[in-house]
Amino acid sequence: MVRLSDLSQSEAEHLLALDCPQFADSPFADGPELKNARVALITSAGLSRRDDATFRPGATDYRVIPGDIASGDLVMSHVSTNYDRTGFAQDLNVVFPIDRLREMENDKTIGSAAGFHYSFMGATEPEALEKSARQLAGLLKEDKVNAVFFTPV
Amino acid sequence: MRPPRALWVPFDLGRPMGTPDEPDFQRRVLECGLSLLARKSGPVLADFLDDAPGSKPEDTSGWVCPVKLAPADSDRTVSGLRAQLEQEMTALQPWYDLQLEQKGRTTVGVAAANICDSAKLIADFIEDTSIDSPCAYRPLALMLKYSVEDLKAWYFEAAMAQPGGSGRELLDWFWKATTAGKALLQLASSMSACENKTIQALGTKSIVPRAYERFVPSTRNIP
Repeated sequence: MVRLSDLSQSEAEHLLALDCPQFADSPFADGPELKNARVALITSAGLSRRDDATFRPGATDYRVIPGDIASGDLVMSHVSTNYDRTGFAQDLNVVFPIDRLREMENDKTIGSAAGFHYSFMGATEPEALEKSARQLAGLLKEDKVNAVFFTPV
Repeated sequence: MRPPRALWVPFDLGRPMGTPDEPDFQRRVLECGLSLLARKSGPVLADFLDDAPGSKPEDTSGWVCPVKLAPADSDRTVSGLRAQLEQEMTALQPWYDLQLEQKGRTTVGVAAANICDSAKLIADFIEDTSIDSPCAYRPLALMLKYSVEDLKAWYFEAAMAQPGGSGRELLDWFWKATTAGKALLQLASSMSACENKTIQALGTKSIVPRAYERFVPSTRNIP
């Protein structure tokens, strides 16, 4: 999240006025040692495979991104226009660090990268995503994932 | 929102890993985030205080557009806009092709249409807001939004063939200097005035970034 002082006044005022959902607790669990971690990436950047359905405004669903995806096979259909997309145009890893994760798998810093990663569209009310999030948790367990790195956009 | 472990980073919105083509820095961010797994109690909110490489104002490169653009006071009719847009895209095409060859990747494609057709749809809507969607399974509102995103991506990628531009330099160039930027400002105005509520909502909030909204014409001003 950028410093408010680095934003335009209108953008900073908009973000400050946003409602932030309150949750009663925090689902904290002990994490695995990195060398034993099987890590999935989840992003809210609105990424999808080029031949997959794009995201629509208010989308509560998600897209599956295979672990061996090529960077040129992903497009971005996030509804918001108020963030930088030039970084993504230049390098997928600035929103979805799949190459960095593969490097960490190859040099055994982590146990493994997940077989599948996932993308939401981040301009939807977080509470509306609960059903999809619960479904996704089941898929992550099936893939033996025990750590998730989330990149918000 | 109390996520179990969060790493605060000072990077621009849309760049959660910092800077493109800076793999060492990106890896440091990733490792720093994953290192929070070792924390035994939480919620955790840790700070990553290093600025992204190339993000400070003094880092700007003096990037210049690779082609000559139409002057600001040029023909403001719809036919003039179409001609200038076509001319501008023709001039930028070799730079887009060069970038594609260098990177082997494009992010253009959400509209699933030829980029010239996307530009044409935008001009067509500015001329006549009652046109139909060119796609059988996507409403006009979505096709306009996706065409806008593809046009921006195409321009950014063409501009990136000329090395050195920061995100803010490219955004300023697009919205303040290009005919495409002017077309999208006019499109936002036309969409905002449309009776179709979905088109109106997208035109009001999802075409022009808040930082450039002041350039949107308040009324339809293209003859």
